[in-house]
This record gives sequence, structure tokens and C-alpha cells, in this order.
Amino acid sequence: MPTLWFCLVAVMLAGYVILDGFDIGAGIIHLFVAKNDAERRAVLASIGPVWDGNEVWLLAAGGTLYFAFPGLYASSFSGFYLALMIVLWLLILRGIAIEFRSHLSSELWHTFWDVIFAGASLLLAIFYGTALGNVVRGVPIEADGYFFLALWTNLQPGPDAGIIDWYTVLIGVTALVALTIHGALWVALKTDGDLQARSQAVARRFWFIMLPLVLAISVTSFQVQPLLLRSFETYPWGAIFPALSASGFIGVLLFLKRRRELAAFLSSCTFILGLLCSAAMGLYPNLLPSNGDAARSLTVASVSTASYGLRIGLFWFVPAFALALAYSVFVYRHFAGKVGVESPGR
Amino acid sequence: MDSALAIHRLQFAFTVTFHYIFPQLTMGLALLLVVLKTMAVRTGNEHYNQAARFWAKIFAINFAMGVVTGIPMEFQFGTNWARFSKAAGGVIGQTLAMEGMFSFFLESTFLGLFVYGEERLGPRLHWFTSVCVFLGSWLSGYFIIATDAWMQHPVGYATGPDGAIALSSLTGLLTNPWILWQYTHNMLAAVVTASFVMSAVGAFYILARRNVAFGQTFVRVGVISGAIATILLLFPTGDQQGKMIALNQPVTLAAMEGLFSAENGAPLALIGQPDTERGRLDNVIAIPKMLSFLTYRRWEAEIKGLNDFPRDQWPDNIPLLYFSYHIMVGLGTLLIAVTALSAILLKLGRLYASRAMLWILMLAFPFPYIATTAGWMTAELGRQPWLIYGLMRTSEGTSARVSAGSGIFTLLGFLGLYALLGVLFLFLIWREVEHGPEPAKTA
Repeated sequence: MPTLWFCLVAVMLAGYVILDGFDIGAGIIHLFVAKNDAERRAVLASIGPVWDGNEVWLLAAGGTLYFAFPGLYASSFSGFYLALMIVLWLLILRGIAIEFRSHLSSELWHTFWDVIFAGASLLLAIFYGTALGNVVRGVPIEADGYFFLALWTNLQPGPDAGIIDWYTVLIGVTALVALTIHGALWVALKTDGDLQARSQAVARRFWFIMLPLVLAISVTSFQVQPLLLRSFETYPWGAIFPALSASGFIGVLLFLKRRRELAAFLSSCTFILGLLCSAAMGLYPNLLPSNGDAARSLTVASVSTASYGLRIGLFWFVPAFALALAYSVFVYRHFAGKVGVESPGR
Repeated sequence: MDSALAIHRLQFAFTVTFHYIFPQLTMGLALLLVVLKTMAVRTGNEHYNQAARFWAKIFAINFAMGVVTGIPMEFQFGTNWARFSKAAGGVIGQTLAMEGMFSFFLESTFLGLFVYGEERLGPRLHWFTSVCVFLGSWLSGYFIIATDAWMQHPVGYATGPDGAIALSSLTGLLTNPWILWQYTHNMLAAVVTASFVMSAVGAFYILARRNVAFGQTFVRVGVISGAIATILLLFPTGDQQGKMIALNQPVTLAAMEGLFSAENGAPLALIGQPDTERGRLDNVIAIPKMLSFLTYRRWEAEIKGLNDFPRDQWPDNIPLLYFSYHIMVGLGTLLIAVTALSAILLKLGRLYASRAMLWILMLAFPFPYIATTAGWMTAELGRQPWLIYGLMRTSEGTSARVSAGSGIFTLLGFLGLYALLGVLFLFLIWREVEHGPEPAKTA
């Protein structure tokens, strides 16, 4: 039963990264691909009706994690205290920037919020990647199940690591590039004309930056966290996740070249989904490995709530998840199609 | 009190108080929007649709503020209250996850449709989206109250050998007897806030001689809903909540009322200052025997005083609790008087011409916010020294590894950021009010 909830939490988190990922990505490229106010309004209009719903996936995933694995929630949130608080402030600034930009028709006002939106999106992508890097690398969990990480120490992913070391930074940069591509493909899907062409160019260029990064994280992750290899040896079928990811990655370039916008975006979704599932699969049954004494790792069994809660939770979670999916499908269909770039005169 | 504990408490208190400025308006306004949309569908009068569109803009700004200030609340359970979360997450995580899954998705989906989709949807479906926004936001309130109710009055749980608290009955958690009156009391308070804000904007328009037709609609809807809700706030919901506290948290009741020694026929203090050193209430103006009557409907009933309980069970800030409670009750009484008087003038057809009453309505809107905040302070200070009543003390719930210094840093960060947000919020709301509802479209 805890394993089932591990999968559900992983699905919720992956859903969050894929959905909010594209609006964060749209924010990262916002200043570079959209050259005038009309184009910037088009970028914002492409995410306007959905970004808020996308962020709900974070809250819902957090809530699910909270009740299924309270020990993990307590340990990791307090351990990454400072980093999480900065994430909160970035989320606040970014949300405000998206919602309040359109309230005044002043150029200064627009530029101000555009920069906040882009900057917060960029930093969030790096922070999320760094967080994932920390989870894969492991943290110095103490005997009572808690830890507190300094922001950085000697920049080595060894037993004295801080939140920032060369490995977590590598993952952070990878996340930034991955979400840049993801967001560019979304904007390309939702717009046309110059804006679309520029977005596609960004996606293509960053694909070639991504290629060495993908190879680098594939090698270094197994080095930094030996558990990954052991897990894939125990469950050889788990290799489908890296394969899925690789096929998505190749698909991005192929479909970009053939100008199949939706297929390219979906390939990017597959790529990200495959990466996250590979990480989850590789860590299982650990939720948060210890980088010291392996017995202190927080595992699916050690931090899950009692079995009644997990069982009864399924009764409401399944219909609620179906409802949430139905709403999401409905909204995306309702707001389907291109958002036009209004001519500057209007 | 050790300083890390004080800072964790302050940070949560500040962030949740600031956050709740926004949902209390959106939850109340969601109901009033349904009222306006229903009037539009019923009468076929475009005037009510224009009114609804104006309030939808105010709603959207408040909603955005509520969302961005709400995310830190869920995070802080883990970041600042790790030991509490580890012990109780299996229980309250259920209601918090349900809030996300059932209400946030519903709310965010239909708010998008409500704000952006009026033309595409047509009047009936647009009315339906307003009902869904209302349901989503009131459902959200229900799950949060269920969470707080469990901390006030834990039910449906079993304690394991390692101190972990495990859920043993989900229906028990969702039908906690504490929920009924706390939920209705709280939601009515939200309606009161929205009613006062709506009538304040309406009164402003009438007094300023702009958008007068809209001003009259806003005042009428605000005064009628406000009059109904303020009375229900006092009776039965407030009254019943007092009884629940008397029954389940008698030491809290004694502290709220500033009653130190037990009395048969206890007086109701209207004014006074609790002196916890000497164990007495200074400068009292009281109604004899009233507290006994209100609590038990018997003039001579015994009410227990603080001295009947060991000191380590006393709420840890009795003066603040006492003042919060008295401010809530005092302002509640004032709000009843204002809405009752306005409703009578409305009935007589003299409200729109009574400039004095309109001035009062225009300036009264901060008071429901203050009363609601004071009410929540009463509930949460009254729960002290417990985090989960009778089960876990507040001092046992903090994150052991997060130092006071880290806490001060982030508390200051929130103070600064929220100060900016507050200014921005007021500026944008003022602009919308200044701009006013869109005039009728020419066909």
C-alpha cells in the first residue's frame, strides 16, 4: 500500500512539473522571444487561464505527500528550510506578476512585472532542479530522522554537502534548460508568426545545449548515488523509464524539424516524465536517502502513515483525481487554439 | 518561552492572518456573486450582470492574493512545525489534501471560466460557473475548518506506541461535532465582511454622486445580506460555539471571560483588564449573573474559574485572549446595530437619502475584518498551550532543527514582502473602485 502511494505522489509531482513547467518555461523565455508589448501579452495570454490550475497540482501533490508520508514532509521541509522559503517568495512574486501586469496600461508597469515574471521563473527552475539533485544525492539525516542543510559547504556531493554542490547545480542547470525547451514548445504551440518562429529557434538551440547535459547527468547520477544502479539491477523493467525519456528527447528534435508543434510539446512532456520517473524508480524504496548511515534513509515503509489512512485515502483520492483530470481536460479544450498577437494599435 | 518557539508562532500567526484577509472576502463575495447572477437571470436585467462583472474583478484580485499567500500556509506545516506534522500529518494531511483535490481544482477551473468565459458560455452556463466558484470556495473553507476543528477537539484518531497519531475514522474526522458551529460561524463572518465591503462601495458611489444606480444595488444587496448574516452570527452560531467551549475547553472560557474564581451566577464582564499576577479583573463593568445564564440558561449555574485549573493548563497569553474575544463581541454588536438600522431605513425607503447612514456604511467596512481576525485569535489563543488540544503542546510541535535566527530572517522576509503586497493590493482595488462598473453596452 505505501508503494502505491509512492507511485501516486510521484505521478502528482510529475504532473505538477510538466504542467507548471511549461508556464515557468514560458516565463524564462518571456523577455527573449517576445519583443514588444503585444507579443508579451500573447505569451501571458497563453498561460493566463491555466497557470493557476497548474499550481494547484503543487498544493495537491504537497497535501498528498503530507498525509501519506508525514515523516518525509516534516523532515525534508524543515531540512531545506531556507531554500523552500525562497521558493515560496518566488512563487508569490511570480503569481502576482502574472495577475497584476495587465491592470495598468503603462509601459513602465509592464516592463517591471515582465522582469519579475521572467526572473522568478528562471530562479524557480534552477531551485526545483537543485532540489531534485539534493533528493537524489541524499542528505545528512540524523538519528531522529531530521537534518538541516547549509546552503553550501565545500561544493562536493560528499557526506558534508550543502544544498549547493557541483552535482546539484548540474541538475539545476539541466532543469533550467529542460524547462526552457518545454516552455518554448508551449509558446510555439499557442502562437504563430514571429513569436512562434523565435520560440522554435530557442527550443532548437537549447536542445543542443541539453544533449551534453543529458549525457552528463546520466553518468554522474549513477556515480553520486550508487543506489540508482542497484535499483535498476533489482528491477530491470525499470529501464523503460530512461528509454521513455530518451525517446521523448529525440522526439522533440524530430517533431521540431517537421513543424509538428503539438507532437513536439508532448515529446517534451514525455522526456520530463521519463526523467522524473527514472529518478523515482532509481531511489525506490527510498524517499530521501541518507548520505551517511544508510540505515537512516527515509523509506516508503519508515515514514508512511498507518495503513487505515492509506486505505481510506484511496476511496476519495481516486474519484478526486478523476475529477481533477476532467477539469484540466475541460479547461485545456475550452482554451485550445492559438492566442493571437494583437496589433500594437489596439 | 524559548525564542525559536515564539518566532515560529509569530510567523505562522502573521502569515495566516494576512492570508485570511483575502479568503474571507472571496468566500463571502462568492455567495453575493451568485445572488447578483441569479437576479440577472431572473429579471433579465443587464444591470445585475454589469454589477456582477464589477465584483468579479474585485474578486479576482482578492483571489490572486489569497492563492499566493495561501501556498506558504501549507508549506509552513512542514518547514516550521515539523514535529507536529510528523506526529499528526496522517490525520490533518487528509483534510488538507482533500482541500487541494476537491476544492482548489474546482475553484481555479471555474473561476477562469467565470472571469474569461462569459461571452462564450451564455447566461445560464455563466450563472452555473458562479455557483461552482461558490461551492469550491465554501468547500475549501470546510476542509480548513475540519483541520482546525481537529486541533481544537481531536476525534477519530488512535495514538501509536511511537507517539504518532494515526487516523482511525475518516468519517469521524469529517463530522467532528466541533465543525458544525465553527464552520457556520466562520462562513457567516465571511458573508458579513463581503456585505460590508459591498455596501461601503455602494455608499461611496451614492455619496460621491457617481454610478448611483449601481451604488443603490450594492447598498441594498449588502445591507440585506449583512443584516441576515450578522444576526445569525450571534445566534445560533456564536451562542452554540460558546457552549461548546464551555463544555470542552472550560479553562479557555474562564480566560476569555477573565473569570479567576468559580462562581454560581457568574457575571458577564463588558469591560475590564485581566491581571494574571494578582488573579483578578481590574476596572470591571459587568452584568451580574449574565455569563451563567448565557452559558447554561440558568442564572445560578456554576462557571469554573481559572483558579480551578492548574496553571500549566492556562492559555499562555490571557490578556490577549481576553481582549481579542471582547473586541470580537463588541464589534459584532456594533455591526448588528449598523445593519439593523440600515435595513430599517431601507425598508422605509429612506436609506439612499440618509447621508449620515451612508457615511457610516462607507466607513464601517474595516470592522468585520477586525472582528474576524479577533475571532480567530480567540479560537487559536484559546487553544493554547495546546497545539492539538489535550494531545500535543505547542512547544512540542516546532521544527527542532530550524533555529531562531533562520526564523527571524524568514519572518522579516514575509513582513517586508507582505507589506509591499498590501500596498499593491490597496492600490489596485482603489483603481477598480475609482473606475467603477462598466456602463451599459449600447446594443
